[in-house]
Amino acid sequence: MSLATAAAAACLTLENVTVAYEGRPALDNVTLSVPHGAQVAIVGPNGAGKSTLFKALVGLLPVRSGTMLLRDRAPGKHGDTIAYVPQREEIDWGFPVTVHDVVMMGRYGSLGWFRRPGAADREVVARCLDELGIAELERRAIGELSGGQQQRVFLARALAQEPHVLLLDEPFTGVDVGAREALLTLLDKLRGRDITVLVSTHDMETAAQRFELTALLNRRLIAYGEPASVFTPEHLSEAFGGQALFLGGMVVIDQCCSGVDDGEAHRHDHGSGVEPR
Amino acid sequence: MIAWLTDPFTLQFMQRALLASLIVGVLCSVIGTFVVLRAMAFLGDALAHAILPGVAIAYLLGANLLLGALVAAILVAIGIGAFSRRGGLKEDTAIGILFAAALALGVLLMSTVRSYATDLTHILFGNVLGVSVADLWLTGILAVIVLTVLIVFFKEFQLASFDPVLAHMLGKRPETLRFAMLILLALTIVVGLQTVGVGLVAAMLVTPAATAYLLTRRLAAMMAVSAVVGAASSVAGLYASYYLDVASGAAVVLIATGAFLLAYLFAPRRGLFARRALRRAV
Repeated sequence: MSLATAAAAACLTLENVTVAYEGRPALDNVTLSVPHGAQVAIVGPNGAGKSTLFKALVGLLPVRSGTMLLRDRAPGKHGDTIAYVPQREEIDWGFPVTVHDVVMMGRYGSLGWFRRPGAADREVVARCLDELGIAELERRAIGELSGGQQQRVFLARALAQEPHVLLLDEPFTGVDVGAREALLTLLDKLRGRDITVLVSTHDMETAAQRFELTALLNRRLIAYGEPASVFTPEHLSEAFGGQALFLGGMVVIDQCCSGVDDGEAHRHDHGSGVEPR
Repeated sequence: MIAWLTDPFTLQFMQRALLASLIVGVLCSVIGTFVVLRAMAFLGDALAHAILPGVAIAYLLGANLLLGALVAAILVAIGIGAFSRRGGLKEDTAIGILFAAALALGVLLMSTVRSYATDLTHILFGNVLGVSVADLWLTGILAVIVLTVLIVFFKEFQLASFDPVLAHMLGKRPETLRFAMLILLALTIVVGLQTVGVGLVAAMLVTPAATAYLLTRRLAAMMAVSAVVGAASSVAGLYASYYLDVASGAAVVLIATGAFLLAYLFAPRRGLFARRALRRAV
């Protein structure tokens, strides 16, 4: 899909958006347009503002300047049409809830304050559990599951919200290959359902192979479009700075240990999920 | 045996004590589930101590002590909410400041009373045997209000405790719910004063709920088990107080602690032995 047609049927538009976290801009003057039903990988180093972008989209962080429109409305005014799967560090796995309870929470938005879940809600929950292949786990406490199963619980909850937009924050981090493939298969299935998906990730290989659009972010938007046009040596060295090494035709990104400053950002990324830089 | 069980309750003040103990046992334990899950134990403790000035002022004015406690608890809850939200302070810092200030004010006011009477020691240490009919009514009404709010908005409180981000996205106002929880907690502490006193009400908020946490895997079940542990400890504590002639509040808390230790060791999934067995199996 070309960007021209994308703009014509945009699901998500950002125009010169700046978002600050604790007084510092974490997203700086970002302009971006995502077409309906597209699947976009948001790639960038730790502290690049990927989580900040998602938090602004769900209305958790205020937009300091610029305009952000999700399905023609300001963020935070969506009720249940936008679903967000947080990084696993942000979830209290000791909380006494079963798999069924968590997925049912996806229905609470449509229930209002006084109504209790009914037969229709239980049907949606059962369908979403089936879709993720975790129906037999529904009476288990979430703390008893494997990492991949836990991720599927939160994906099922997101689907139970019957969303138009799905935000996945670092879903490939900390899960095994099987869980990764299961997630990619689910994303393929969602393609046919007009659900727009944004995925933040460090994993450039997956971004290049499995997503039609990629945004390269490091506070500013460095490049956006088809992966082949985004992952150029110029763009990558701009995004990753000294972390990018070019060896012949290959690019190696050192995302682990390139100095104190980055270690700090890494800690924030996985601790609070909010990227402060 | 049956006579042994029914004997204490031929006395009218013991009947009132039983009723008050049951109400407090259930109420503290149920709301305690949120105290435990949201790590608000320090907050409960602070609230309990922070109501002292209200009690002292009510005493000086000759007003109902529980009413004074109630007003003070709500004011402190509002203060904590306001300081931590708009003041940009971390919640435990806001609590620490208000807790100390209110406690100091309470001690200051009490020191102006030359011979502060048994009434005030009852607030400090609880005196379930001295519960009047009026106190019992106030306790009962507050308990019904708190439990009704918790039951009607169960799914909202569950969601806001587990995942405030989703609560926010679904328009469930987690900030408002947190504040409502503070007010409910303040009401509960006031109810608990009569039976176990300021010093021990925080324990009743935490211990039965922590016991239930080890034994259950759903929030509603945790609340139910916690209520049973709290009610049973309260009644058992009352018997201990009657037959062994010991302070009832302390007996209630120690019995609840005993229940917690049993659960800590023997709980099927989260108990020490179960976890050890699991580790060996892996």
